[in-house]
Amino acid sequence: MRMSELYEIGAKTELGTYRFTEESILHFATRFDPQPFHVDREAAERSLFGGLCASGWHTCAAWMKTFLAYWAAESARLAAEGKVPPTLGPSAGFRNLQWLRPVFVDDTVAYSVTLVASRPLASRPGWIMNSTLAEGVNQAGDPVMRFQGSVLEFE
Amino acid sequence: MSEANLYYEDFAPGRSFALGPRQVTTEEIIEFAREFDPQPMHLDEEAGKRSILGGLAASGWHTSAMFMRMMIDSYLLRSHSEGAPGVDFMEWKKPVLAGDTLGGSSTVLESRPLRSRPGIGVVKFRHEVTNQHGEVVCLSENSIMFRMRERSEVSA
Repeated sequence: MRMSELYEIGAKTELGTYRFTEESILHFATRFDPQPFHVDREAAERSLFGGLCASGWHTCAAWMKTFLAYWAAESARLAAEGKVPPTLGPSAGFRNLQWLRPVFVDDTVAYSVTLVASRPLASRPGWIMNSTLAEGVNQAGDPVMRFQGSVLEFE
Repeated sequence: MSEANLYYEDFAPGRSFALGPRQVTTEEIIEFAREFDPQPMHLDEEAGKRSILGGLAASGWHTSAMFMRMMIDSYLLRSHSEGAPGVDFMEWKKPVLAGDTLGGSSTVLESRPLRSRPGIGVVKFRHEVTNQHGEVVCLSENSIMFRMRERSEVSA
């Protein structure tokens, strides 16, 4: 099946949640983004954020993790129904990534994806480019992250 | 950590900061992928070779995170950064493979005071991450907020 047969254009799919523990925030930020507001509780309280918060890249990576967990379950479900799941390939990047609110210690973010467009690549027969909107919302219902993504699909 | 000595005023249009070098190891690619992006081409050399990426390749999100760390080590940790509202675009143009050495640059495109937050200015950068062959593997533009050295400059 194709992605466009599986998902209605414009319909949001809930992927699951990811909890940002202090340990996970520090583990990510220490390796990749050791700015004071991501690794030092007291410095974070003095910053514009007002408290220790996750690196924006951690918020994005957690979307990917949540998507893949969803996708594994979805592929198994389709296979159990005798359907062939779409074959997804790498992504070429993203646009308009917005970190809308800080993600603080013990926040739980619910992630979603919306298929925005799906079109065959003229230059590569059998390849389809899917455009997506990825979003994350915290436990208060406030959006924390959004980006326009893309993922290749092979027929 | 060295003392922070870069303020908004120091990010004049045209100024460029070198990124890297940073080695990309097999172990790090697999560790990141296991945690956040467990797809075969990021976990297994043979699966990577069979994919269109041509080898064990870093997750795009891992490349983004390594790019972040290179910005940190080049200029952000010695600056008065107040974080970034987002990223205009990021293109993962070529695979980042195990054994690659990443470099590149961040160049200031423009800067402006933030009216809503006196004492803070926004600096827009164009970032290029390159590999050891001189190929651009990742291209991006984004804006980062910095504290001003002189708060009074924005009161006019």
